[in-house]
Amino acid sequence: MIEQDWIFGFAGGLMIGLGAVIFLLMNGRIMGASGILGGLVDGTELRNFAEKSSFIAGLVGVPFVLTFLWVRPDIHLTTNLWILVSGGILVGLGTRLANGCTSGHGVCGISRLSPRGIVATLVYLLAGGVAMVFLRNILGVI
Amino acid sequence: MRNLMALLAGGVFGAGLFTSGMTDTTKVQGWLDVFGEWDPTLAFVMGGAILPMFFAWRIAARMKVSRLGTPFPTPRTDALTPNLIIGSTMFGAGWGLTGLCPGPAMAALSYGGVGGLIFLASMVAGMVIARPIKPLLEQRTPEIA
Repeated sequence: MIEQDWIFGFAGGLMIGLGAVIFLLMNGRIMGASGILGGLVDGTELRNFAEKSSFIAGLVGVPFVLTFLWVRPDIHLTTNLWILVSGGILVGLGTRLANGCTSGHGVCGISRLSPRGIVATLVYLLAGGVAMVFLRNILGVI
Repeated sequence: MRNLMALLAGGVFGAGLFTSGMTDTTKVQGWLDVFGEWDPTLAFVMGGAILPMFFAWRIAARMKVSRLGTPFPTPRTDALTPNLIIGSTMFGAGWGLTGLCPGPAMAALSYGGVGGLIFLASMVAGMVIARPIKPLLEQRTPEIA
């Protein structure tokens, strides 16, 4: 039996893909969340400031509107300050070193059959799995 | 027009992250927790997202410039650099620890509470410190392939 979460997952996935299609075919850009934000905050991509800021405004704004129209989801985030801070730094630093995250390497890279995208995705999935197994099942921290 | 299309693309992306449940960290950690109560939702999300983009890359290959006249991304580079491997390992570890990656962290800004803000601020700090670190890694290590 197919669970409802999987249907919402696939439907939401198609929308994520559609966002990437619009950004590629209309703007000629790869939709990578870490690259768009990273280029703004570290000052390397300031020449496309308006375009990148507009993208982030949509990305933050539409879910904000949906919390009124639909549901206000619980993101079940840890309350452990050290995990939040170290996790955030690892995600920010890692995605900028690797030039991409789940959207850039995962969605846009794999669909382009890019070896870098495929390898990056395998590496971060493996690292995430190892972190999960080690910290949850062995140490019981998260 | 470029900014309007960027707003639309970001909005559709955000709506997709919201709908798919990918801003819920239990779904992401449930996917990574292969020895626990494994949750396959993320595979459906990735499959759904890759499908339209697979065709979009083929359409882009037959166009000279984008619809708005801007150049397409440079041809893909296939070099597997140390930065790619080291960075992706760090990213995966942080993703497993918290269940958040950059897209959902931004999409959940309005409902992620204080924890979401702390994560986002730390992520931005990580992005800023990556800038001086990156060239050091590039200079000192040869390409793997």
